Amino acid sequence: MFQRWKESITPTDIVMWLIGGTLLLMVIWGSVATLVAGKYTGRHWIDFVIFGLAQGSIYALIATGYTMVYGVLRMINFAHGEVFMSGPYTAYFVAAAMYRSDFLDKHPFTALFVIFVVAMAISTMIAYFLEKIAYRPLRGAPRLIPLITAIGASFFLQYMFRGLYGSGFQAYPVIKIFEGAWVIFGIRILKFQLVVIVAAILLMAALYSFIMLTRAGKAIRAVSEDKEASSLMGINVDGMISTTFIIGGMAAGAAGVLYALMFKQVHFFMGFIPGIKAFTAAVLGGIGNIPGAMLGGIFLGLIESVGPSLFLDGLGIPAPYQLKDAIAFTMLVLVLIFRPMGIMGERLAAKKA
Amino acid sequence: MNSHLGYGFNQQQVEFFNTVIQKGEELMKRILTLFIVLIAVFCLAMPAAAAGKGVVKIKKGEPVHIAYWFVISGPNTSLGMDTVRGIEIAIEDFGKKIKGHPIKLTGEDTGCGPEGGQAAATKIASDPSVVAAIGSNCSSAAKPGVPILWAAGIPSVSPSNTAPYLTDPKRGDGYSGYLRTCHNDTVQGAVAAQFAKDVLKVTSAATIHDGSVYAEQLAQVFAANFKKMGGKITAQEAVSPGDTDMRPVLTSIATGKPGLIYYPIFIAEGGHITRQGKEVSGLEKTKMMGADGIFSPDFYKAAGEAAVGMYHTSPDFSAFPAAYKDFLKKHQEKYGKKPEAPFHAHSYDAAMMILKSIDKVGVAGKDGSLTIDRMKLRDAMYATKGFKGMTGTLNCDKYGDCADPRIAVYETNIDNIKKGEMPTMPIWKPYK
Amino acid sequence: MTQTRSLWEHGVKTGIIGGVAVLVIALVGMVESFHRRDIIAEVITMGQVLLLIGGVFIGYIAAKRTGSDESLAPGLNAVIGSSVTGGFLAFLVIVGRLINLRAVLVNASPMLYKLLTLGHKGVAGIFIILLIGMGCGVFAAALFYLPRLTRRVIILSLSSMIIAGVLQDLIRPVIAAWGPVAVVSEWLFTGNGLTVSGSISIVILIAVVMTAWALKGQDIKSGYGNLSGGSQRGIKISAFFMLAVVLLALPHILGLFLSEVLTIVGLYVLLGLGLNIVVGYAGMLDLGYVAFFAIGSYVTAVLTSPELGFFSLTFWQALPFAVVLGIFFGVLLGIPVLKMRGDYLAIATLGFGEIIRILVLSDFLRPWLGGAQGAGKIPKAAIMGYQFITPQQIYYLILAGCILVVFISLRLKGSRLGRAWMAMREDEDVAQAMGINLVATKLLAFATGAGFSALSGAIFASKLGSVYPHSFNVIISINILCLIIVGGMGSIPGVIVGAAALVGLPELLREFAEYRLLVYGAALVAMMILRPEGLWPEVRHKMELHAEEENNIGEPEPSTAT
Repeated sequence: MFQRWKESITPTDIVMWLIGGTLLLMVIWGSVATLVAGKYTGRHWIDFVIFGLAQGSIYALIATGYTMVYGVLRMINFAHGEVFMSGPYTAYFVAAAMYRSDFLDKHPFTALFVIFVVAMAISTMIAYFLEKIAYRPLRGAPRLIPLITAIGASFFLQYMFRGLYGSGFQAYPVIKIFEGAWVIFGIRILKFQLVVIVAAILLMAALYSFIMLTRAGKAIRAVSEDKEASSLMGINVDGMISTTFIIGGMAAGAAGVLYALMFKQVHFFMGFIPGIKAFTAAVLGGIGNIPGAMLGGIFLGLIESVGPSLFLDGLGIPAPYQLKDAIAFTMLVLVLIFRPMGIMGERLAAKKA
Repeated sequence: MNSHLGYGFNQQQVEFFNTVIQKGEELMKRILTLFIVLIAVFCLAMPAAAAGKGVVKIKKGEPVHIAYWFVISGPNTSLGMDTVRGIEIAIEDFGKKIKGHPIKLTGEDTGCGPEGGQAAATKIASDPSVVAAIGSNCSSAAKPGVPILWAAGIPSVSPSNTAPYLTDPKRGDGYSGYLRTCHNDTVQGAVAAQFAKDVLKVTSAATIHDGSVYAEQLAQVFAANFKKMGGKITAQEAVSPGDTDMRPVLTSIATGKPGLIYYPIFIAEGGHITRQGKEVSGLEKTKMMGADGIFSPDFYKAAGEAAVGMYHTSPDFSAFPAAYKDFLKKHQEKYGKKPEAPFHAHSYDAAMMILKSIDKVGVAGKDGSLTIDRMKLRDAMYATKGFKGMTGTLNCDKYGDCADPRIAVYETNIDNIKKGEMPTMPIWKPYK
Repeated sequence: MTQTRSLWEHGVKTGIIGGVAVLVIALVGMVESFHRRDIIAEVITMGQVLLLIGGVFIGYIAAKRTGSDESLAPGLNAVIGSSVTGGFLAFLVIVGRLINLRAVLVNASPMLYKLLTLGHKGVAGIFIILLIGMGCGVFAAALFYLPRLTRRVIILSLSSMIIAGVLQDLIRPVIAAWGPVAVVSEWLFTGNGLTVSGSISIVILIAVVMTAWALKGQDIKSGYGNLSGGSQRGIKISAFFMLAVVLLALPHILGLFLSEVLTIVGLYVLLGLGLNIVVGYAGMLDLGYVAFFAIGSYVTAVLTSPELGFFSLTFWQALPFAVVLGIFFGVLLGIPVLKMRGDYLAIATLGFGEIIRILVLSDFLRPWLGGAQGAGKIPKAAIMGYQFITPQQIYYLILAGCILVVFISLRLKGSRLGRAWMAMREDEDVAQAMGINLVATKLLAFATGAGFSALSGAIFASKLGSVYPHSFNVIISINILCLIIVGGMGSIPGVIVGAAALVGLPELLREFAEYRLLVYGAALVAMMILRPEGLWPEVRHKMELHAEEENNIGEPEPSTAT
């Protein structure tokens, strides 16, 4: 027994664990040092967690689209960040027009509904045509080729929107009913953060039930298991792939509006970084796995918000928030060292990622 | 085996031919190798292309060529376009002609980075018709670019490089052809610190930079000055370009209870910090202060009403001579809008300084040609004293710092935001 | 009934797609901003040429896709396609004149409408657009019916003229530097664009050369084939030597700026060859390759820069450290990702790239690495007093580096290790079953790739004289990946061609900075769809991709679609 165990361990495994262990020790040491220093009170920590949850739920929504596409096509849809950008950027003009005519202040919910519909429609359209024009001709090509196409499409969409709407920043109007904060059980939470978190949860629940409960969802799952077999079972594979893109686009458009409500600014480059973050979140959770993507998104948002203060502040490292992405990626590597298929990537592990 | 050689020859003869061919090939290889070595030596030994002749001769009717190298792509485009317009208006004011020759303006994009700066400078340097250059916008582009231009004999005047290094006595010979019409960051940072300490009477402050050359430098200068004056720096934080959620970092800063946050960064991140600063508990009474990088109507769009009551350090437009009003009028007529960034007037002055100096040192020939010695041009520009420019009176020191460094502090009110216009009158200035 | 519908169906469909594309081109501001540059001075501008090419291209595609037996159908479709496209633009002008589109679409300016209608107001302007669209269609139809040879000659000679017009600022100084030939440049170019006589002569010259080659080229090729093996070898050797001579003389022929472009391309060739080993040979998707580039640069900076003030080695003393540390980090970063596959590997490496960049930028490491202010005063390389300062001199340094790296890549490719890499690329499990030590093989790939990249980084630092963290963005990694795939994965000449196409071309078009990435993105998509194997593919890889096509003999690939 011991012999077999010994054989399966290679020197590289030991090095790997050493690296992982060192990182883990540093994280623990930093956290203890920070907590001992007592710079932050309990309320600060609660704030950090809420900020992280709000940011994370947006990552989670975008990551869902990423992961669904990955599930059916086994490709990284690099242009998903641009799908996310296109909706709210276009809807901005609608929002601004409604703001100017006072419609937004008088009927905030109707206005919000319109904004959501416009943004989701545009994002969905972009996602649909993206698949049809850029990805469909490449079915069956080696996996790197669609990746490059996706990168190209991402650049193209970014600069197309820059050319169409200009390179400046636009700012979403303030929606008065969501300004200010609520105090719930003694915890102060900004109104729209709660709105964003709740909306994201609702959307993700809807998405998950669509995938798990409906016929189309079942078909999508079948396609992601095995394209040939599902085609033999009478499933329209191309149609299902299109559906996946449509749903991913809708989720991205909704996430985009939530993002725009939270951060106000929209511009042509706004999709790039959230796109990469969402991709990271999807991998963190186990790519191709929808609950995994949600979990990964929340986890990433939390790490970004809490991590710098918790891990680095106590070590006396200057400007810890400059290193927040480095922390996020280190955590990613740490997770992947111990679970090479992501947090929830169990099912995929058996197959070839 | 070469079959057609085989006809009529016996085996030995064929082998003989083959060895001859082989020998010949080897000989040829050797000769060619020798040839290549010779060429290699020749190429390496040849002096670098004689781009910088020092003297530009312009034939009759041909234009005097001036080039700019600014950022005209990417997120900082508005800064570059603002400065380009300053030059264009200066050329029109100068009368579009210099000693009977038209003025030709071309430009290259630096992308606000060192590689872009190097490539753009090389492209300008490779054109022997360029008399002088204007640029760059970003100090990181100027650092590798200026020596390239000067090696080709082209002097360059920058309207917006604020990094102290470029006019530092220890900067090196490569920068001998470099001047600037804008202030040095050491001035702006010091003004901000003085204002915070003496006028706002805050005793503690925090700084945020975004990892750009400009912001990091300015934040450093501010912190150093503030400390020197007896203030306390509670935190020196940094964010990354593209960050959106500033609440965690602001919460972290709030634990130090600073009286002021100085964030000399750019529009997107500056907007997020301004907005979210209002939402973080513990910062309700903290004053917010930015620098000229966010002194732009676009920033008001990004920050919204949260910007009310915040302070900016920026060049003092009210101290600009009366001619500045004219300039604004021309700008409005020509481009249909107000200037978008703070360096158009500096750019105007840079262009004027070059044109006037060319006018001084250019020698008109009898055949209608114009000869410009670029070394003399450089000397003439360095000798500028008491030059009445759009930004005040310019005096160049021996390191090329020509600015009349009038930095003032502005406060934003609700009207500014509603109209989307920057305040025109400073609330405080360190000089009389 | 269905017959008549299918007659014009393709024309309308293609016209609609083309119309949307042309609308996008117009509304992103390309047409208007290209309008400022003349191709032929005071005759035609770049913006107009762009629109005309679009119109003709759409017409031609419509004709090509018809595939009807009816001989008139393709021509009809060409005209319909182009006219529909023109109709879209006319529609834009009508709408734009009625409502102010500018509030949303910043580039829908009155200037654009004026340009589209050639300055005519009212209905006349609309008719002019439609007329021009139809004209494009007629031209496209004519092109379609012409024999293949004539068509190629026309397209090539016209496009060379356009290229000469677009690149005038680059061509002019090069010709002008050639003493006696300088007259040619004055005859060809004016201050802004080609002269009329110049453009006509370019068209004629190219047409003659093309026709001659088309008529005689086959003879020359077969003549070469009939030559004896010895003479063929002789020609090959002399061609090789000619190439060497050209490579050596290139910077002196091309002048300062084009040499700078060559050095940039050279640096990317070094990077590309390194990544080619990791991705192309070993099949591991690495999105954080820029990390090793940064490590090479920063090691050089720390060891040489007096600004940081730790060491003051020369470039050559620092170079081995840079490469060795690059390799060391390659292995170090390689170990944690050994077990990851595919996209997990991609994101983990992307993370590494970002971690390195953020650390280098951070205030945390500023005392050692210079933080946001970077590190300057890095000395230039020098051999026995000969300094590599100008781009023309640095070119030789980079050329030497490229030759070395190409040589190593070539030798590795056929070696035992190289074959192990390729086996691993095809199937990891099978490779392991065949007795390949996956751990060692993977780590060697990472190490080699990192070494090449660090070499490139060291030269980059010395070339620039200063290093800044912002030079090591994730975009660089993506760009390198794109260039090796566009060039042809696993192919060494492919990397060189890819670097020239994806780095050199955009650099030449620096003045069109605003639209560089737009076109770059579109070109990547088009390239991958039309030619997935790359510009200069590895033979085996190409065969895999085109295996099906060769089995069922279809029509030959359209080579004229430009």
